[in-house]
Amino acid sequence: MSSALDASWSGYLRRDGGKGIRNLVLLIYTVQCAQHVAHAIAEGEKDVQVIGFPGCYDNPYAIRLLLAFARHPNVGAVLAVGLGCEYVQPGRIAEVARDSGRPAESFFIQEEGGTRPSIARGKKIVAQLRTEIAAEVPRVAMGFADLTLGCECGGSDGTSGLVGNPLVGRLFDALVDRGGRAIFEEIVEMIGLKAVLSARAANATARVDLEAAYDKAEAYCRAVGQFSVSPGNFAGGLTTIEEKSMGALAKSGTRPVQGVIKVAEAPPAPGLWLMDSVPDPHPVSFGYTNPNDTEGLMDLISAGSQIVLFVTGRGSVIGSPVAPLLKITGNSRTFARMSEDMDFDAGRVLAGALTLDAAADELASLIACVAAGAPSRPETLGHREYYVMYKHQTPPGKCRAAE
Amino acid sequence: MKPSAFRIDADDNVATLLEAAGPGAIPLGGAGDGGTVTLLERIGLGHKVALEDIAAGAIIRKFGVAIGAAISPIPRGAWVHLHNCRSGYDARSGGFDVHTGVATDMVYE
Repeated sequence: MSSALDASWSGYLRRDGGKGIRNLVLLIYTVQCAQHVAHAIAEGEKDVQVIGFPGCYDNPYAIRLLLAFARHPNVGAVLAVGLGCEYVQPGRIAEVARDSGRPAESFFIQEEGGTRPSIARGKKIVAQLRTEIAAEVPRVAMGFADLTLGCECGGSDGTSGLVGNPLVGRLFDALVDRGGRAIFEEIVEMIGLKAVLSARAANATARVDLEAAYDKAEAYCRAVGQFSVSPGNFAGGLTTIEEKSMGALAKSGTRPVQGVIKVAEAPPAPGLWLMDSVPDPHPVSFGYTNPNDTEGLMDLISAGSQIVLFVTGRGSVIGSPVAPLLKITGNSRTFARMSEDMDFDAGRVLAGALTLDAAADELASLIACVAAGAPSRPETLGHREYYVMYKHQTPPGKCRAAE
Repeated sequence: MKPSAFRIDADDNVATLLEAAGPGAIPLGGAGDGGTVTLLERIGLGHKVALEDIAAGAIIRKFGVAIGAAISPIPRGAWVHLHNCRSGYDARSGGFDVHTGVATDMVYE
């Protein structure tokens, strides 16, 4: 039977072997003081996007996140801009990007002589970088086996667990069966489901890691006295974190979970992976696990997701930098009310207009179109929200419970 | 879409409304024997209706798992939400506004 998952398209081959679906110049600022200049450089520039870290003091977690974006498969070149006083070094970010085979530049605003000269210099650099990658980055045939897809949900209501998340689960099953990589996160939305999660482990090591990640998340929520359930969720009919959690977990589909990855860590092998974005114990507590939806999407993109999926019931307008975001709602009223912002109406399954399998195939077609270059709704509207926070996580590979 | 309620797992003692409805009888779909459930009050899209009489302290079951426990006796057909169901984990949200979900424990001063 032919399937939308047989689709192929032309992507961008990076020197480090990565395959991207966009060929972007990424502008990274290294302190809040450089934020205005960074956005002014990117203003009106096609295929130039901005992320940045607001802190003046550095933080290993934040640096790993910035570097994961600098080496993301959708990124062709990097410009890093700093003020000049801060701890995070633009020159080091550019160096790491160059080591990955990407052209990269950096400068300090203080050394350029302030706002206007920095904007002028930045615009000149991004124009050069864009020309360079347009001419030099080779195209490569891509299919679903080359994709990493991440999914999270936000603004959930009673339809999210009924159809929005199960739809993504069906797609994730198909992606994994084709040899692709699928990532789900939000362990703080698996509260009460330790046994369910543990039973999904692909092997003994994965089981130990999943249980350790779950225990850490539950302890964390208890410690901060805040569970991941909001007024909008309650108003939409979700009564408890356990109920929201079962709905959220549905997005992971039914395939075995290969293991746990941390933020800025790519899945080491094909299959389904759980991302742990919960802070590890540290003398300074850096706030909530997923303070907002954008932060969670950044985590998924940091693992190399070329496209991210967002399931909402209540509605949302956000987008994401570097990896296009596709917004799916299980609530047809929300789709009608916010139609410009929504990419996919899964509520048609609840209305009996199509089956979950047919909807998953239609969603795969949409993903293939966006992978081939068609803009997602948030891209069309110019949404590129980003959020890089202070957090502490033990570096990947050093925290496995099984080690 | 015709008003109806959807039971996810045959063991569930609540169903989710696919459209706002009630009071009155609506069809029950999903897992189980179908039939109808008579709503005792207005219940919104995405919200839950009790499919059986649930005693105080008894488990509320959806997706085949416990999603909370009844705070007070809940008759079949009643709306199940923050006013009569509490989380086994999250101690904060129980007293929030039952219609808007807005937190009632934060001091703004």
